[in-house]
Parts: sequence; C-alpha cells; structure tokens
Amino acid sequence: MTSAPASVRPAVAGSARAALVRPDRTAAPSWRNIIWLIPALAVLAVFVYWPLLQNVAFSFLKWNIYSGSQSFVGADNYVELASDPVFLKALANNTWYAAISIVCQVFGALLLAAIVESVRSERMRRAFRSIYFIPSAISLTVAGLLFYFIYQPQSGLLNAFLANLGLGQYAQAWLGHENTSIFAVAAMSQWQGFGYSVLLFSVALQRIPVELYEAAAIDGIGPVRQFFSISMPLVREMTGLMMIVTVSGAFQVFNEVMVMTSGGPNNSSQVLGTWLYHAGFVTNNFGYASAIGVAVFLITLALAALQLWVSRKRRVEW
Amino acid sequence: MVTLSNAGRWLRAALVWTILAALVIAVLYPLAWMISNGFKTNAELFGNPFALPASWGWGNFAAAWQQGVGSFVLTSVSLTVLATVLTEAISAWAAFGLTRVRIPLNRGFTVLILAGLMLAPTVALVPLVKMFQSLGLYNTFLGLLALYTAFRIPFTVFLMRAYMLDLPREVDEAAAIDGASKTVTFWRIILPMSRPIIITTVVLNVLTNWNEYLFAMVFTSGTGLQTLPVGLADLMSKNGTQYPLVFAGMVMAALPMVILFFFCQRYFVRGLAGGVGK
Repeated sequence: MTSAPASVRPAVAGSARAALVRPDRTAAPSWRNIIWLIPALAVLAVFVYWPLLQNVAFSFLKWNIYSGSQSFVGADNYVELASDPVFLKALANNTWYAAISIVCQVFGALLLAAIVESVRSERMRRAFRSIYFIPSAISLTVAGLLFYFIYQPQSGLLNAFLANLGLGQYAQAWLGHENTSIFAVAAMSQWQGFGYSVLLFSVALQRIPVELYEAAAIDGIGPVRQFFSISMPLVREMTGLMMIVTVSGAFQVFNEVMVMTSGGPNNSSQVLGTWLYHAGFVTNNFGYASAIGVAVFLITLALAALQLWVSRKRRVEW
Repeated sequence: MVTLSNAGRWLRAALVWTILAALVIAVLYPLAWMISNGFKTNAELFGNPFALPASWGWGNFAAAWQQGVGSFVLTSVSLTVLATVLTEAISAWAAFGLTRVRIPLNRGFTVLILAGLMLAPTVALVPLVKMFQSLGLYNTFLGLLALYTAFRIPFTVFLMRAYMLDLPREVDEAAAIDGASKTVTFWRIILPMSRPIIITTVVLNVLTNWNEYLFAMVFTSGTGLQTLPVGLADLMSKNGTQYPLVFAGMVMAALPMVILFFFCQRYFVRGLAGGVGK
C-alpha cells in the first residue's frame, strides 16, 4: 500500500482531488455565466461587427452619405476597383510596406534584440531597449511631422547630412518625388516602430534558458551559430506573432501617410486606407469606399487565416 | 592562435558597439533636433539645420499652447483616461470569463472577441459615420469614447487572457472552498494577481489612445473636440510659416508619453514577459 509506484501516486492524487475539490472543472457550463462576456460582446457587436457587415452591403451601392442619394449598382464598384490604377498602386504600396516592415521590424529587430541581449551589463541592456522604444512612445503624428521636416529639400536634416558626407548628388525632395515618397514614409515608420519590436523580442529571448548558450559555448559554437541554432528557433512563436501583427499593420497604414503626403504626389504614396478615405470623404463616393473596405477586410482575413494555418501546422497555441 | 581569436573577439565587440551606438544616435539625434527647433526663430529654422538656436526662450511653447495645444491636451487627456479605464474594465471582466468560468461555446466566443484584433478600423469607417450621424454621436465626445474603447478591447482581452491562463487553477479552488463567489474571486484574487498585465495594457492603451488619429480626424469637425494629433496636423497646415510653433507643439505632445513610459517601464516589460508569446 505504502509502496505504490511513484509514477502512479500523482495521478491518483490528482483525480481524487479533481473529483472532490474542483467543482469548477466538473461543473457543467452554464449560460448564466455569459454575463462575463456580455459587455465586451455588446460593445464589439455594435461598434465593430455590425458596421463591418453593413460595409459589405454598402459596397453594392452608389451613394452619398451627405445628400442621401442612393442606388443599387450590383458589383459595379468592384469592377471599377479592379481597373482603378490608383487602387492597384495603393495595393502595391501596402505590399512594399509589409515587405519593408518584415525585414526591419521582424528580422532586423530580432537580430538587434539578440545583439542587445549579448551585452553583459543589465543596466546597458535596459538603457538600449528604452532608448530604442522612445520613438514608439512619441506617436506617428509627431514622428510623421518630424520626418516631414527632416525630408525637406532645403531646410531638412537628411539632405544636409548627405551633403556633409559628400553625397550631395543624392539630395532630393524625398516626399515630393513619385519614386521616393512611399519609401520615405515607410522609412519613418521603421524608425518609429522598431524599438517596440526589439522590446518584445528581448522579452522572448530572456525566456530562453542560459544553460543552452553555455552548453553551446563549451562546444565551441560561436555567437552567430548560437543565434541561428538556439535563439531563432526558440523565439519562433514570437516571430510568428510579430509577422502577423506587422503584415496586417502594413495593410492598415493610414496616419503617417495622411500626415506626411496625403497620398501624393500624384497618388504615388497612396495606400488602401488613404484611398478609402479619399473615395469616401473627399469625393463622396461612399459605395466605392466601402468596396475598398471589403478588399482590406479580405486581405487581412486571408493573412490571418494563413498565419493560423501555419501555426496550426507547428502546433503552437495562443 | 590566442592572439588571433582575441582579435576576432575584439572586432566582434567593436562591431556590436558600433551598431548599438549608431542606432542610439539615429533615434536621439532627430529628437534632439525636434526639441531644439522648438526654440528657434523662423529664420533660424530655415537656415543651417545643424545650428542650435541663438537663445533658449519659451516663447514658441507659450504661443503654441495659446493657439490651441492647451485645449487639445485637455481633450486628449480626458479621452485617453476614460477610454482606457473603460477598456480595462470590460476586458478584464471578459478575460476572467474566458479563462476561469465555464461558459458554453467558450472557444467560439474567444475567437469572436479576438478576431477583432485583425480588423482595420478603416473597414468599418463608412458605416460608423452613417451610424453616428443618425444616433447623434457624430462630433461628440461620447462617440469618440465609444470608438476608442471598442477598438482596444480585442487586443487587451488577448493579452489579459494569455496572462490569466497562466495563473494557477488552485487559487480559484481555494477561494471556492472558502465560499467565495466568482465575482469575489475576480475582485479579490485574480485582479490583484494580474497587476503586471494590467499595467502593461494600460500603458499600451494610453499610448494608442493618446496617439489615435483616424477616428479623431473623421468623427470630429471644426474646433472644440480636436485631439492632440489632429490639432497638431491642423496647426501645421494653418501655420504655414510658423514652423517653430509646430515643433513646440510636437514636443508638448510627445513628452507626456515618454515620461509615462520611463515611469512604468519596469512593470511594463514584466507584464509583456508574462503575457505575449504565450
């Protein structure tokens, strides 16, 4: 009796406790308990999900909110969308934004976080993480306005800096040229957001047991291989999460483009968000704006489904 | 051999410190430039961009405050504080329900609440304007408050739920044995234990609400209800030639959040460590 195999004992004790003192685990789910979810569900239903459904319905109309004129036009808005060069340009710009953000804010930030964590002094590590985070705290509007001035052709910091380096021939109106406008805006976003990613990756890296690195070091494995063989695989969950946040964020870009270029010059920096705003609130073409909204929704939905499918395959739960 | 590997190590250290220092400069220099521009005159601003202001007076800051920054700050502070409190209350209540109470279709409700995470606010923009106009919420403080609260709930529930899943079951059971109801368990036990994640989400929500631009721009018209980001952007287009004022306004908009971050930093990081990547 007293010599029950050690491996059995916890299981027996566990089930006995489950039967006796875990009323909650054995209790049947009760609809009364939904009281806990009602406030959140109600607010989301009214301000998020209902408008989302309405948006789909509106996308089949031609209408003006302000004058009230409204008529059913079937798929006309979508047909127009498919051949609208500005919409396609916006789509391309969002894709560029996503690609640049993945390189900088996922892989660049992970690498940088590993470099920061390799610093021996805890004080220094904390100082670096905090300094890199500051731009994330100062808001996109402020950062956007700041870079608007930095990019100014005559009085801006960037061209003056290039001139000092002897690269004066590259100086230009960064936001005023069709070839550079969207990249200038995207560069500002990386400056503004990378510290936040570094912070999150630092947190993930700190959870990796030190023993793994010590064992690797004893085996003569250098820091570069340690990064690829230990750090990267073990923060994969965080990398996946950052990937979806970053990409769907890139397809929701609005504020910085609005503040810095309003989509110009000549629509060269237009993104889906600003083009939707323009269609609705500048040209009063609300049905068309709703159709753009549906496109944005489908893109983010597809990205989320893709992410879910990838993480399912890896059997990661969140 | 020994000297060679020493040289390699030295080189590596040099590279690491160069990268770290270069990024520190890339972050701090533009910020220092922004602050110094707040003290310049217009002529100085359009002169040599590297030059420091001739005198460090507060004139631009006072003028910017007079020109509306003061009222933008008031609107932003009240909106940020109220929306954050509401979001935290509703989200904590829901996260507790999702993790520690038996609710039918729990998985379905979890998906329904968290799905809001990936929805762009622009997608609901047109119907929301229509709805707010017919409800009389357009251009009202209450309307903005509702939007700010609603759109922060999914993310806040996401973090709180991950955190509460990690708290041991035994505490609920101990409370149940002592005769505590679920509500008492929520208030007296789970909420105090969740302090790190509450601080983290408060910091994130305050940051987001303080910086929000789309809703504040679309759902307000004219003056009176402008938040800091919208007010600043307006100040910029109205003061076509008084850029030092705009810089002063930018500094005043940025400073509170930087201070808040440094103040809460330790708790903020600890909460993230417990909640994200779960």
